[in-house]
Amino acid sequence: MPAGGFEPPSIDEFYPEAVLFAGTPYEMNRIMLIRILVITLLVGLLWAWSNTFAKSYKNKQYVPSRFQLMGEISVGFVRKSIAHDQLGEKDGDRFLPLLTTIFFMVLGMNITGIIPSLNIAGTSTIGLPLVLALGAYVTFIYAGIKKHGVKFFKTALLPSGVPSVFLPLVFLIELLSTFILRPVTLALRLTMNMVAGHLLLVLCFSATQFFFFEGQGFLKVMGAGTFTFGFVFTLFEILVAFLQAYVFTLLTTVYIQLALADDH
Amino acid sequence: MSARIIGMLAAEAPNPLLPKTPDLIWSSVVFAILLAVFWFKVLPSFKKNLDSRTEAIEGRLQAAEKAQAEAAAKTANIEAEQAAARTEAASIREAARAEGALIIAEMREQAAQEAGRLTEQAKAQIEAERQSAIISLRSEVGALAVDLASSVVGASLKDDKNSNHMVEQFLAEIDSKAGKN
Repeated sequence: MPAGGFEPPSIDEFYPEAVLFAGTPYEMNRIMLIRILVITLLVGLLWAWSNTFAKSYKNKQYVPSRFQLMGEISVGFVRKSIAHDQLGEKDGDRFLPLLTTIFFMVLGMNITGIIPSLNIAGTSTIGLPLVLALGAYVTFIYAGIKKHGVKFFKTALLPSGVPSVFLPLVFLIELLSTFILRPVTLALRLTMNMVAGHLLLVLCFSATQFFFFEGQGFLKVMGAGTFTFGFVFTLFEILVAFLQAYVFTLLTTVYIQLALADDH
Repeated sequence: MSARIIGMLAAEAPNPLLPKTPDLIWSSVVFAILLAVFWFKVLPSFKKNLDSRTEAIEGRLQAAEKAQAEAAAKTANIEAEQAAARTEAASIREAARAEGALIIAEMREQAAQEAGRLTEQAKAQIEAERQSAIISLRSEVGALAVDLASSVVGASLKDDKNSNHMVEQFLAEIDSKAGKN
């Protein structure tokens, strides 16, 4: 590594200094501000979509405008391709508020990772993924108890058809995988994807900066390589943003579906 | 300020797996906001919109189907009516033809009867005339016989031979006359 200027990104990237309310529990740093910005934009967009839906059925205007159609496709994607496919129409619609919230939240917060001047995903500190995972966790346990009562825990932890010799072992495994690992993996998968993506991009672009402005001769050419790499990774991050939103929502749905199922 | 920076640098690298309180608080806030917006605002209008559209489309499809069925029924009706009219026309033609044939046959019979009647009448008239002719002839013959008798008595009673001859001649004459009739 050349001496002097270049500093590789560290985990401190995700702990920028406080901007507002420093020292209080409501302390805001860049990431929190980005979250507020994203939620403002999301609510604005959703509100506008909702108004076009309302206007559409009030005026009996059944041909949607382009903007309305975009909203219908976006919300309809979560409803049809995720909720209805896994849970059926009735239960799908029951749990739809949580599922759409998770999908749009994760997508909106992820995409800021590649938006110039924001440049960091709102999901890249574990708080938000953890809250979402907790929402999913509470919801699938609620779904199970609502449907099966206390028997839900029995069928979840002591599946029928297992020889009684293995029951303690199965109990431990099921306890760990269903009630501990599920929310943890949901939150970690998302956070680590965003953390890794961000670190990679920072690495690529700060290396490019370093090569271009501090490097000599051949190193300047290297800068082109790191820049290209960064560009490709930016595109890749778009894909990851969508994919993680989809995966998070889909897994939540599957957990709910498993909780609703009569026997595992 | 510088003390704070030094403090930040001196602090151990934060564990990315453990959330900090502000992180959790703001995350919960944005989560709650978005959940509420979806739950109470977006999804109800989204579903209502889709439902009303589905209803409208189904209603229109049904109306179209009904209209089509009606049109089909109308066409069938018209075709049936046309077929009925055609068969009626055919039967009327058939009846007219039969009636015509009947009328011709009747006329022919009437004409034949009339002709027969006229022939009969003519024959009867001829017969009657003949009878009357025979009768008048008989009376004429009687007168002639009286004439003859008087002439015979008047002129030639003196000659028996002559008178006999004359009477015979006369009778022969009458016979030949009668034979002609």
